[in-house]
Amino acid sequence: MSLLEATDLTKHFPVRRGVLGRQVGLVRAVDSISFAIEAGQTLGLVGESGCGKTTTSRLILRVEAPTDGVIRFEGSALDGFDRDGLRRYRRSVQAVFQDPYASLDPRMRVGAIVGEPLVINERPSASALRERVSALLELVSLPARSRDLFPHEFSGGQRQRIAIARALALSPKLVVLDEPVSALDVSIRAQILNLLRDLQRRFGVSYLFISHDLAAVAHMSHTIAVMYLGKIVELGAAAEVARRPKHPYTQALFSAALPLRPGGGSDEIILAGEVPSPLDPPSGCRFHPRCPYAMERCARDEPLLLPESGRLVACHLYPGA
Amino acid sequence: MTAPVIEVRDLQTRLVTRWGTIRAVDGVSFSVAEGETLGLVGESGSGKSMTCLSILRLAPRPAARILGGSVLLDGEELLTKSEREMQRIRGKKVAMILQDPMSSLNPVFSVGMQVREPLALHRGLSGRPLTERAIELLASVGIASAATRLGAFPHQLSGGMRQRVVGAMAIAAPPRLLIADEPTTSLDLTIQAQYLRLLKDLQMRHRLAMIFVTHNLGIVAKICDRVAVMYAGRIVEAGPVAAIFGAPAHPYTRLLLESVPRLGETTEWLTAIEGQPPDLAALPPGCAFAPRCPQAMDRCRADAPPEFVAGPAQTSRCWLQAPP
Repeated sequence: MSLLEATDLTKHFPVRRGVLGRQVGLVRAVDSISFAIEAGQTLGLVGESGCGKTTTSRLILRVEAPTDGVIRFEGSALDGFDRDGLRRYRRSVQAVFQDPYASLDPRMRVGAIVGEPLVINERPSASALRERVSALLELVSLPARSRDLFPHEFSGGQRQRIAIARALALSPKLVVLDEPVSALDVSIRAQILNLLRDLQRRFGVSYLFISHDLAAVAHMSHTIAVMYLGKIVELGAAAEVARRPKHPYTQALFSAALPLRPGGGSDEIILAGEVPSPLDPPSGCRFHPRCPYAMERCARDEPLLLPESGRLVACHLYPGA
Repeated sequence: MTAPVIEVRDLQTRLVTRWGTIRAVDGVSFSVAEGETLGLVGESGSGKSMTCLSILRLAPRPAARILGGSVLLDGEELLTKSEREMQRIRGKKVAMILQDPMSSLNPVFSVGMQVREPLALHRGLSGRPLTERAIELLASVGIASAATRLGAFPHQLSGGMRQRVVGAMAIAAPPRLLIADEPTTSLDLTIQAQYLRLLKDLQMRHRLAMIFVTHNLGIVAKICDRVAVMYAGRIVEAGPVAAIFGAPAHPYTRLLLESVPRLGETTEWLTAIEGQPPDLAALPPGCAFAPRCPQAMDRCRADAPPEFVAGPAQTSRCWLQAPP
């Protein structure tokens, strides 16, 4: 059984206009996607802005309720949870966000920030709390005296360590990492990625790793899901998807990833145009207006996510195994 | 070898802050020839943007002061020019593209007005020829149906389109030197690929000298001819891109290259650079990188290393390269 399983997950946002709030459109932010996160593993979610990565993470964090579809956590559907069940779920699923300058309260001391989830959920004694906070700070390699300092006294990388310590306070089973290193200096990113990997090894925590840095996603993930305009277009083992992408969009995306050597990554596919508005997505395959291989039926029929060379691909180029 | 378009020699820019005077740019020297691209690489606070602003004499005043050095544009000293003279140089001879296109575009003027402005100012066009040239310019940066876009306002365009408009304004003159300060950081991957190709294309067409400021080594590998790596206000290593990526001399450059995950290569752990970025207000004596450097020697903590030759056209500020 997977730790978390999403089936036909859908989130539509109505667009309303005028004083009567008449609905004039529908943003299909996430449109019937299915995926699973295994215990102790990382699912990488990649795609450009507006593809639905963040909406997906908000659905998992239960900040938004899905329009349709089911999320199952350890086998039971989130919709069926009562207050207590939801409370337990929220303890098990934590998040680390992109900007550690925005996600930490500037007026709280680090000890209080890291200890807050414990205080709310477990009401430990003062001495037990001190001990737990010290252990958490040590886990992320921050000196014990950090507890008495304020977030502004730390650099970006150290702040992200504080955010990670806080996320781990309640021993979660899943941590949503939404662009966790994008705001950090290049020389600090490797430290944080190594720390996250080390914590996964030690505690068997699962990650949903969201990033536009493809190399970082490929490095961190066991499975990669590529999203385009609210749809998963390719889903499979990280090494396979990164090395031999099958969907034309994945191919373009990975070819647009920058080389690390001069002359590297020469077979570049430059896509024409921009991502269309999710308010009015193209018919058939949503990628067809930009696809170099688009055929007649691509504008007509929406391709299904079907097995192809050991992963799932939604593209008419592959006649569905 | 043609004469360089821009030659910066021993540039010194200080920032007066609450925490003391910061050496934001400390003895930076480089040159860029016609049609050449120099990548200026470094982390936030390394002085790369401050170097570019100093060239244009746009470093924030009164905090910033250029204390010394020389900036030669086609052999003319810019540091001694009057503000009036500088205004004629900015945009006409040296243009700049910034990270956020909205910091270059005025939200209350149409795209047409904003593209016409540099054309009228620097090329003295007016009337019909002005509008025609503006349409040509927008078309040349890949904006479809440019004529109808003249009436659009910046908020009606996507991020990629806005950055194209900024690109059109930058090459209106056309300038001799184009400074691009992280122009693709706010763009999506596939749009970034489009924009980098456009910049290279514009550069070739106008034989521009280009300084490309970035923290992304991938972009440097892709579009730059030479690279200068900055750390704490100094260029710690400089040379041809192939040489630096193939055989980095300075430990900082080497670790930076090793710390980035590579697509298609599976590694268990990344090479991490220990420690935190330097506090510019309290730099250590000696080499600024020494506290984080795995190869630091006693000498590194005592004396700042001068520039050593590390290879053909490659220099490094590291005692490891000191001749025996």
